[in-house]
Amino acid sequence: MSIATTNILVVGIGGQGVMTATEILAEAAIALGHDVKKTEVAGMAQRGGVVSSHLRFGPKVLSPQITPGTAHVLLGFEAAEAMRWRHMLVPDGIALMNTAQLTPPVVDLGLYDYPADPVGSMKDSGCRVVAFDAMAIAKDLGDIRLGNTVMLGAVADHLPFSADILLNCILQRFARKGEKVVEQNRKAFAAGRAAVAATAEVALA
Amino acid sequence: MAAIAPVPAQSRLLMSGNEAVARAVWEAGVKVAAAYPGTPATEMLEVISTYPDLYAEWSVNEKVSLEVAVGAAYAGSRSFCCMKHVGMNVASDALMTLTLTGVAGGLVIAVADDVGLSSSQNEQDSRYWGRFAHLPVLEPADSQEAYEMTKLGYELSERFQVPVILRLTTRICHVKALVTVGERQEHVGAGFKKEPARWVMTPSGAARRLPLMFEREAALKAEAEVSPLNVIEAGSDRRLGFITSGPAYMHVKEAFPEAPVLKLGFSSPAPIDKCRELAALCDEVVVVEEVEPLLETELKAQGIALRGKDILPRIGELAPPVLKAAIAKLRGEPVPAVTAVAPMQVFPRPPTMCVACPHLGVYYTLSQVRNITIAGDIGCYTLGAGHPWNALDTCISMGASMGVALGLDKGRGESDKDKRILAVIGDSTFLHMGMQGLLDIVYNQGNVTVLLLDNRAVGMTGGQNNPGNGLDIHGNEAPRVDFVKLVQALGVKPERVHKVNPYELPVLFKAIREEVKVAEPSVIITDQPCVLTEAYHKLKPFTVMDDKCTGCGNCVEVGCPAIHVTRREKAIKPNGREVDLNFVRIETAACTGCGLCVQPCAPDAIVHAETVVPINILKKH
Ligand SMILES: Cc1ncc(C[n+]2csc(CCOP(=O)(O)OP(=O)(O)O)c2C)c(N)n1
Ligand code: SF4
Ligand code: SF4
Ligand code: SF4
Repeated sequence: MSIATTNILVVGIGGQGVMTATEILAEAAIALGHDVKKTEVAGMAQRGGVVSSHLRFGPKVLSPQITPGTAHVLLGFEAAEAMRWRHMLVPDGIALMNTAQLTPPVVDLGLYDYPADPVGSMKDSGCRVVAFDAMAIAKDLGDIRLGNTVMLGAVADHLPFSADILLNCILQRFARKGEKVVEQNRKAFAAGRAAVAATAEVALA
Repeated sequence: MAAIAPVPAQSRLLMSGNEAVARAVWEAGVKVAAAYPGTPATEMLEVISTYPDLYAEWSVNEKVSLEVAVGAAYAGSRSFCCMKHVGMNVASDALMTLTLTGVAGGLVIAVADDVGLSSSQNEQDSRYWGRFAHLPVLEPADSQEAYEMTKLGYELSERFQVPVILRLTTRICHVKALVTVGERQEHVGAGFKKEPARWVMTPSGAARRLPLMFEREAALKAEAEVSPLNVIEAGSDRRLGFITSGPAYMHVKEAFPEAPVLKLGFSSPAPIDKCRELAALCDEVVVVEEVEPLLETELKAQGIALRGKDILPRIGELAPPVLKAAIAKLRGEPVPAVTAVAPMQVFPRPPTMCVACPHLGVYYTLSQVRNITIAGDIGCYTLGAGHPWNALDTCISMGASMGVALGLDKGRGESDKDKRILAVIGDSTFLHMGMQGLLDIVYNQGNVTVLLLDNRAVGMTGGQNNPGNGLDIHGNEAPRVDFVKLVQALGVKPERVHKVNPYELPVLFKAIREEVKVAEPSVIITDQPCVLTEAYHKLKPFTVMDDKCTGCGNCVEVGCPAIHVTRREKAIKPNGREVDLNFVRIETAACTGCGLCVQPCAPDAIVHAETVVPINILKKH
């Protein structure tokens, strides 16, 4: 199926690197010659608020905003945030979500509850869900900051272009930081891809 | 930021509207660019400052920034100034007379409206300034247009010797899209020419300039009628046509690709004849404008029948689903369902102060003081109004805490008789508009205690340099303001001025408690840097010893986002009262060791992560 415009929604909280991840996805789409628009709703400089970053690409993109019910892929950096934006997905859309739970002060103060089972709620809502612990994967690779690249690896096989294009864009970003960092990111990307592939297989079985 | 070599012409780059404007400013040969930060406009000047061959500055407020740009334009150089929407309220005193003098060198003033209020205290429509000051307004619809219209703005500005307003919105400033960039063209100003009849606005001089202003406006209107920035796309479905501008144009095209559209890029003075032309094309016309029914009212006054805010919302962005719903209703068709799935219920996640923010100690302390009213101001510290502190009672505009506090003092009602009045203001806000207010408190002998939160940065907008940290826009050393001397010079008695470390809670508490008792103006200055700046140094992180934590919850009241409640219990105290217990953990990877939460922890359960041994150094009683 060819679709005019591809809509990818990346969500999380301020300070997680959501906007950078979307920017790298945008670079990959540009490398393929697409028209691209990227926008986000992010509050103030302080950390911890809701961030949703919209990426639209195709032959010609007009409005930069993804509207409810039109996102083809939802990439959730945090479990409850994936839930918050679930309604943005098209009916047969896929949510790739980090299971990490980051509780805000309003939850710690007992004013609100954190959802009991984010992954279960997502599945019950009828969309396709692939959940994995990106933080744990990054930690295993020796650096929690690799979480971003793990997330990009996770989405790599759900894009209308090959994963290598995305990988190249990521590695280019880190080229200045030396071979070791490049290698680490290559591994993180592969680990993200593998985590999604493994979970998806279980779901099929 | 340091100067970088700009990318070559003809490159296609992914640029935000702000970056695109910055590039165009550089290409237009602008010599002077000035601004005060403000979301969503801030990055324009940040990026401009990285280009070579021009002068860029952070000004202390928007009025000064406009005046700096005006001076350069009077000298015949090209200049630039940008601000968020509310910034123009501050700069408007200069603007309203600038329109009489006009300019010699080109001047573009970019004003960014926060449509949808992502980060502002109000939503307002800057297109009104074009009408109010009789100035041309350009409205780009994406990054490429922002780039092109900035360059066109300089031509227009010089041709008509008029400052040009570039009206942006958050959806232009912060959207990234592809932009084809061009060459830089050197522009050499002719130099300042003495011409008092033009540059010195006395009543008689201004009276002579007024007719010229209206002549210029008529000429600009004629220009707008034929401008290639105002185009009619005839469309194929003539039932309904749209007149629109800015990002709303993209939304209209997305929602109604077949409809006739008049896209206004040069929207003020309004090209009325062009609008008539569109109206003649279709059965019915809808004006789609963010935010106010400005053009709609003007066109109706001209006898053009159309729809507008009678069917569209007055608030927020006019995104495609909003437009589709409104038009379906107008046509008597069923309103299309937005999604198959209703949004899930999830807790709110408002922005929080950063882990270890120096403001935390201030608000923790204020939350412990009874019988006070706190006039607040704008900055990260406005969050003190929220949980868990609830320690900020008012916030309207930058610097307002001073005047509002004085008014709360002088205008005490029945229940305020014994209240102590405090004001809380950040360093950048104080320098922006607060100083005059403090002078007013001193001069009129108000009974106000001012907390001046000097975190050596404009924290809220991303930690820009300011006179308070002694670094210029490029990070080079600059004269640094001495707040103690400054407030003393404004007349606060030296014994009423205290400089305190906001991480030393007992000291802070004592200073506040003592000063609110004295019926004179006093100022307590905190002096620790914003944690997101280079001036901040991390210390060893802390952890909680589970076996020692009694669940008293005191540390939670500090409001540091690195502290998390792991378990809640109810307990019965010896006096029979039921209490809630909150057992906690500290996210050690996030903790920067500021030591704030350690201080209210009576059982010494919070210890350095590496030692896991109780320490007492931070607990000076
Ligand atoms: C007239 C106006 N200009 C700019 C802004 C954007 N703005 C909000 S707060 C702020 C400054 C905050 O700096 P400071 O007072 O030092 O407090 P901090 O955020 O560092 O705690 C700015 C520039 C605004 N709200 N109003
Ligand atoms: S940005 Fe700086 S001033 Fe603002 S909340 Fe964070 S640490 Fe505090
Ligand atoms: S203040 Fe100390 S005892 Fe009280 S909850 Fe916090 S860590 Fe536990
Ligand atoms: S010491 Fe306490 S208040 Fe300070 S950063 Fe660590 S957890 Fe937060």
